Amino acid sequence: MSIAEAWRVAIDALRASRLRSGLTMLGVVIGVSAVVMLVAIGAGAKQMIEQQVEGLGSNLLLVVPGRVDFGSAPTLSRMSLSDVDAITRIVGDRNRVAVSLSSGETVRVGTRSLFTSVLGVLETTPRVFVRNIGKGAYLSRSDVDTSRRVAVLGSSVARTLFGERDPVGSQVTIAGVRFRVVGVFAPIGQSLGVDRDDEVHIPVTTAQRLFNTERVDALAVKAPDRASLTPLGARIVAELRDRHPDTEFSAVTQEQILGVLGNILGVLTGVLAAIAGISLLVGGVGVSNIMLVSVHERTREIGLRKAVGARPRDIALQFLIEAVLLTTIGGVIGIALGIGAAQIVAALTPVPSLVTGWSIALAFGVSAFVGIVFGVVPAQRAGRLDPVVALRSE
Amino acid sequence: MTAVVAVEDAGREYRLDGLSVPALRGVTLAIEPGDYLAIVGPSGSGKSTLMHLLGGLDRPTSGRLLLGGRDVSSLSAAELARQRNQVIGFVFQSFHLLTRTSARDNVALPLIYRGVRRAQRRKRAEEVLARVGLAHRVGHRPNQLSGGEQQRVAIARALVTEPAVLLADEPTGNLDSASGEAVLSLLEELNAERGVALAVVTHDRQIAARARRQITMRDGVIVSERANP
Repeated sequence: MSIAEAWRVAIDALRASRLRSGLTMLGVVIGVSAVVMLVAIGAGAKQMIEQQVEGLGSNLLLVVPGRVDFGSAPTLSRMSLSDVDAITRIVGDRNRVAVSLSSGETVRVGTRSLFTSVLGVLETTPRVFVRNIGKGAYLSRSDVDTSRRVAVLGSSVARTLFGERDPVGSQVTIAGVRFRVVGVFAPIGQSLGVDRDDEVHIPVTTAQRLFNTERVDALAVKAPDRASLTPLGARIVAELRDRHPDTEFSAVTQEQILGVLGNILGVLTGVLAAIAGISLLVGGVGVSNIMLVSVHERTREIGLRKAVGARPRDIALQFLIEAVLLTTIGGVIGIALGIGAAQIVAALTPVPSLVTGWSIALAFGVSAFVGIVFGVVPAQRAGRLDPVVALRSE
Repeated sequence: MTAVVAVEDAGREYRLDGLSVPALRGVTLAIEPGDYLAIVGPSGSGKSTLMHLLGGLDRPTSGRLLLGGRDVSSLSAAELARQRNQVIGFVFQSFHLLTRTSARDNVALPLIYRGVRRAQRRKRAEEVLARVGLAHRVGHRPNQLSGGEQQRVAIARALVTEPAVLLADEPTGNLDSASGEAVLSLLEELNAERGVALAVVTHDRQIAARARRQITMRDGVIVSERANP
């Protein structure tokens, strides 16, 4: 019997008992769709984070107090504007240094008010990070030097407070102090779970006075190129340690942030995929079980086929192909369902999904492999049946 | 003339809980081309075991079995399957048709294992079905056919490979007397017109009396062999 003929015989046999074939496939369908969906969500989340971190700008060093070790308690900020000046001297270009001092404050216009994140910054922020101005202008150096009460609004802040009106030139009240709006950011979206359209920038000097503090929370440096990131970071950290012997500082690159987040996501995706893989295994055991039942039920058919000239391997091949067909058809349905489920999750939650070619190939390969592995035992048993015994069975 | 199927001093023992139980002892029998013989005997006399040996479904534990002139002890399971396909046509008491499969595809089944292409298989199957009087039933499934029709489909399946011998195990056992008579007549016609040897296992003395040779078995041995008048 040719292989093509064996396929036809196997397809006929599966079609003859559609309900059982469908139920047998179900285990594989669920397992494969779970694998495809979870891998897609994991890959999508990873891609989203990568894009967001890279979307901040290129060749960035983020300088923060404490050690970058996502478990250790953050230490109290000790950086001040004089530290920033020292770092600016090391960097040699004020336009490559950005700072932030943040606080949650109520911003008010007339009867409308909004609780939002107010950031004290240098006028260099749009040169270090990717931030585009939609209307008006950004803060100027003289705004910072003279602690002017001027503000740049995030796009959603502007929409909430001013509706469709142009806020530039209008007054807003931040923590009870009047500010003049000089600009509005173009919409930018979320970054690492923070809505970056929901913030207000004011000069850092004004912010220190407003919040009654000398501190600076974080500092970012844009290196001239990728190669200078690490040495520059080391020099900045060394300088800060000299100035504050009792506090640790670290300078982390975007790659390092991505590395840490990627590891966490990788472990999470791996665990989820392993759970899904177990369900695929259980599906395979189901296929094996049903095939054994099927061999038992069709003992007479096997005996008859042998009587009219089927060789042991013809029978074994037929049952093996049946098992592989069940799992691969189940695999294809599972892939389709998994892609659909991933898209539904992407539509209903902020987590995007990214269906990768390798996850589909893997899911298909694994389901075919499961069919072979779990089909072999029933197939061999069928092939070895004694025709005399088989024909006599009820 | 060489026998199409022959057993020489053949024995068949079964092992039950370590004890060996002989089902057949020292049986010698040859079926010649065009033969028509009946094998009779009470239940447990070994006639079914002999039938399975003659059909190559089983191998003797002693003595020789020659299928189409070849000693089966030298054949692998696959080669034995091939000999079955080419030399033997089986007709069973309970028909053994595939239930969800049309009469045409049931008849074509042995040709799958001979490597005949689908279109050719179906054509051959329809020709043979026409010969057994079922040209109008090719697309019917077994449950849409009467018992007599089902057995005629089974005969067509046995015939489609143009075997040298038809082995019929109680072919009328599940049929009423009229259908049984029709089936037996059909087998006899095929024997006469095509020269295919016919061996019928039965416990019905009247059926046995119609064969040219009658072999009587008891306790695993042939106790008499005589030509009918």
